[in-house]
Amino acid sequence: MQSRSNFNPLPHVDGVVIALFVVLLVCGWLSVCGASHEFGDTDFFSWGSRTGKQLAWIGLSVALGATILMLDDRYLDTFADFFYWTMMLVLLVTPFIAHDIKGSRSWISLGPVSLQPAEFAKCATALAVAKLINQYDFSLDKRDNLLRAAGMVLLPFALIVLQKETGSALVYLAFFLMFYREGMPGCILFVALSAVIYFVVGIRYSLTPLPLTTSDVGEFTVLLLIWLFTVGMLRIYCPKEPEHARRLLLIGALWHIGLYLVSAFIVPFDIAWGQLLWLLFVVCYLAFFWLGTRLQRYLLIALFAMGSATFLYLSDYGLNHVLKPYQRDRICVLLGTVEDRDLGYNVNQSKIAIGSGGLMGKGFMKGTQTKLNYVPEQDTDFIFCTVGEEEGFVGSTVVLLLFLGLILRLLYLAERQPTTFGRVFGYCVLSILLFHVFINIGMVTGLAPVIGIPLPFFSYGGSSLWGFTLLLFTFLRIDAGSKRR
Amino acid sequence: MGKKYSFEQRKYVIGGVAIAIVAIYILRLLSLQLLSDDYRLRADSNAFRKDITYPSRGLITDRKGRLMVYNEPSYNIMVTMQEQHGIDTLDFCQTVGITKEEYVARMAEIKDPKKNPSYSRHTPQLFMSQIPAEEFSVLREKLFRFRGFTIEKRSIRKYATGMAAHILGDVAEVGPADIEEDDYYRAGDYIGKLGIERSYEKQLRGEKGIHIMLRDVHGKTQGRYMDGKYDHEPVPGRNLTLGIDRDLQALAERLLEGKLGAIVAIEPKTGEILCMASSPTYDPRDMVGRERGEHQQALMSNPMRPLLNRAIMGTYPPGSTFKPTQGLIGLQEGIIAPTTAFPCSHGFNYKGLHLGCHGHGSPISLIPALGTSCNAYFCWNLLRMFGNRQKFATTHDAMTRWKDHLVAMGFGYKLGVDLPGEKRGMIPNADYYDKAYKGAWNALTVISISIGQGEVLATPLQIANLCATIANRGWYYTPHVVKAIQGERLAPEYTTKHKTAVDARYYPYIIAGMRRAVLSGTCTDARIPGYEVCGKTGTAQNRGQDHSAFMGFAPMDNPRIAVAVYVENGGFGAHYGVPLGQLIMEQYLNGHLSSWSEAKARTFQNRRISYGSYAR
Repeated sequence: MQSRSNFNPLPHVDGVVIALFVVLLVCGWLSVCGASHEFGDTDFFSWGSRTGKQLAWIGLSVALGATILMLDDRYLDTFADFFYWTMMLVLLVTPFIAHDIKGSRSWISLGPVSLQPAEFAKCATALAVAKLINQYDFSLDKRDNLLRAAGMVLLPFALIVLQKETGSALVYLAFFLMFYREGMPGCILFVALSAVIYFVVGIRYSLTPLPLTTSDVGEFTVLLLIWLFTVGMLRIYCPKEPEHARRLLLIGALWHIGLYLVSAFIVPFDIAWGQLLWLLFVVCYLAFFWLGTRLQRYLLIALFAMGSATFLYLSDYGLNHVLKPYQRDRICVLLGTVEDRDLGYNVNQSKIAIGSGGLMGKGFMKGTQTKLNYVPEQDTDFIFCTVGEEEGFVGSTVVLLLFLGLILRLLYLAERQPTTFGRVFGYCVLSILLFHVFINIGMVTGLAPVIGIPLPFFSYGGSSLWGFTLLLFTFLRIDAGSKRR
Repeated sequence: MGKKYSFEQRKYVIGGVAIAIVAIYILRLLSLQLLSDDYRLRADSNAFRKDITYPSRGLITDRKGRLMVYNEPSYNIMVTMQEQHGIDTLDFCQTVGITKEEYVARMAEIKDPKKNPSYSRHTPQLFMSQIPAEEFSVLREKLFRFRGFTIEKRSIRKYATGMAAHILGDVAEVGPADIEEDDYYRAGDYIGKLGIERSYEKQLRGEKGIHIMLRDVHGKTQGRYMDGKYDHEPVPGRNLTLGIDRDLQALAERLLEGKLGAIVAIEPKTGEILCMASSPTYDPRDMVGRERGEHQQALMSNPMRPLLNRAIMGTYPPGSTFKPTQGLIGLQEGIIAPTTAFPCSHGFNYKGLHLGCHGHGSPISLIPALGTSCNAYFCWNLLRMFGNRQKFATTHDAMTRWKDHLVAMGFGYKLGVDLPGEKRGMIPNADYYDKAYKGAWNALTVISISIGQGEVLATPLQIANLCATIANRGWYYTPHVVKAIQGERLAPEYTTKHKTAVDARYYPYIIAGMRRAVLSGTCTDARIPGYEVCGKTGTAQNRGQDHSAFMGFAPMDNPRIAVAVYVENGGFGAHYGVPLGQLIMEQYLNGHLSSWSEAKARTFQNRRISYGSYAR
């Protein structure tokens, strides 16, 4: 092994990532110019302006990146736990020392600048989780191991929720994508995904009547999906007994058709009751075989079916009684069940800004929506509007492809890591990046709920930029360090 | 080192998820940015506030340059709801002269999206329109106290005299249909509704000036869009000079007082209309300002229909004024020669049909027939024509030729005068009679068309145009009210000569007949000392008392004026038609009336015809 002083990591740093990082920073800064200046105002470099400050943040983040590249990556592993617990402590005390900004207590003031510890906790958590999974004989398909890893992620999640920064907290769910890569059973993701589908479909179509019956389309569709998902799981997880799946599929189809025909031609009724009866039969069927064979998967699939149905009826209750009114309204506006001018305003103006860009956009510094302040939060969470309005379809597609390029490059780099530590950390970085892009651009284009998280490298502000610089360059340093061997 | 590669395949799932997300978002951008124009329009309506400056509408003068219509400043009170609060409502109401209830009702009306679809809290909304200058001066003193209320300067039409309402027309606020039709207009704009205000709307209105201002989310102005690159100043409307002679028009309206009817005078060599009066008329000065609606209601419900411009919308049997056309057709078609004489024994007698006439010598040739207005002569003429099998294979063909001649003389279709609402009158054709008589008709069935009765209908304008055509010996320009447009040529239809299908060489016989009527025939009262006047009376039968008609021109050579007079239920042509026509011609030719004529004018001005409950 070479000595520390003799190894120069710089030639081994991945040029593609560096190039994409620089291009994104430049695009981001230009977007801040577009978003925070008014017509005819070209004072971009003035220290007092948002663009001037952002330039300073960018300069500092480049310096931060360079510093990280100079450090010895072997200490990262060593100090991972220390970093993690220190950050947890900071997160814990933040709500007590932070000022209240729009109901959230997540910003710590250090002289002239405010920083958001949640952004830096991501890196610390990623390091700690990577170290945990790197342990010998640690596998995420073992339940205890999975619970330990999940606990490490859910701790900062909970602490950030306490700061009333739900958006930043949700980012920690991105770690589950990395868990999936590291062996977490896929059915967990599948269950989570089906919960989202049940929720969206159930609420969105809860007021649409199903023709010739007294049921609504939402409930009907969700109950139909539960049956189909159950049959699908049965087929995948019990491949040796395909006759169960076939039987349930066939009888279920006949039963559903029968229900519908009775309602259509004899007497209209709420066929959801018939569907529930059918699911009860499916559960009993599975329970019978579980008792007969003692194979636990039958029980788990039966539990999935029962849990799904329970979730459907609980989600309706939860929406109306558990969530805070503003959260419920956001969800309803997004799903289109509530038409509200004030709540829909942000997303509406954001869509107008992007939609008015056309193919080539209105030109740099010529967007009327953003220049005249129609879009709220236009240089932070809604910064993508400026791209859409001023650079048009071409510009926004290029930005999306730059992000995709960066994510796929990180995926490639993560997979080539010789250590589990490096790979896990790489996956953490790309999962967080993907989650941010997914939620942020979904939000401004009206596809995802309004969850206030920034667009990496674009949104104005230092914490987010530094947080991502930290993640990216730490991983680049790990990657470069792996060349040593 | 690395331990578990068994899950390596999952990198494809994760990479696939990332690609799928980006692909979905690109599709979303596609649908937002490229597939719909809606967002761009909404962004524009967010950001642009169009400040309109109104041009002054074109002025209207008579043929001698005397002002007839001009503009006077008026003021609209605007209110911006967002800024309007904490004012002394009572003081405001007193200042603008409304009650508190009216104020509340008007405010509610402004906010009602059904009545005011373009309502916005941030932009000035029309509160009260057309405040006259004198009322405005009081308001201006106090305006600073009424936050949110602003003044928009507009102008209203002013009329120098109370005459020529039917020609001048009026302007009013645009309706939804106008906005739909022409996107130049915005709610609250004015548009010509009647008369030349309507037919010359495009020339008179000018072009609105526009300044595109940028408006931020708070409704505050943030300067000019593109530094005013797309702004432009208002272009004032073009001034119009009418062919109308103000004095002549005034006389014509005076003479028609208390009667229903119309007088139209045309300058034959140009087709310019020198006067066009229709009675009853109204005062155009009542049709502006806040009282317009009220006055218009009253005019619309008046049984005498003062809004009807009888000169172009009234269709009447032309009676004997139609006879010259028959003479011309007979000459042109070779049915008669100037010397051809027909018998008249107190009328036309043929196969048991009798159509009466008054006493005069018999047989009679064309010129004296016109002079005495012999019915029989023109009946024979038509009978000969429709029965002429050398020239026309069937009666049907003859009828068609007859109709074509009249159309060429300006009958049966709209002449195309530059006023809205002109009627076409009626010249029957063979198909019409085929339908009416199921094919069983002949010259005798329709014989009354030869003396301007029966199915024949014409507007006074068409009669005046016939007179001008005769004066010109066979051609005319489409009659028009507007003589000149500032900085623009007259429309080509008013500068194109229309020739009739009758040779110019036949006209002198007709003119001789009309001269004879003045010298020794039916209209001896039309004589004007110093001028050779030609004329033709008409007495049109009708359900009630006959209509009195006259057409005439002077001087006979190099004519300067052709006039048609039509007085409903005026009796013989000589009762009203001749003296009124004579006065019009004298006024125009001499520029004034002799004292004797002036006395005559006063007599006729005061003469009333009783119409009872009947009204056309």
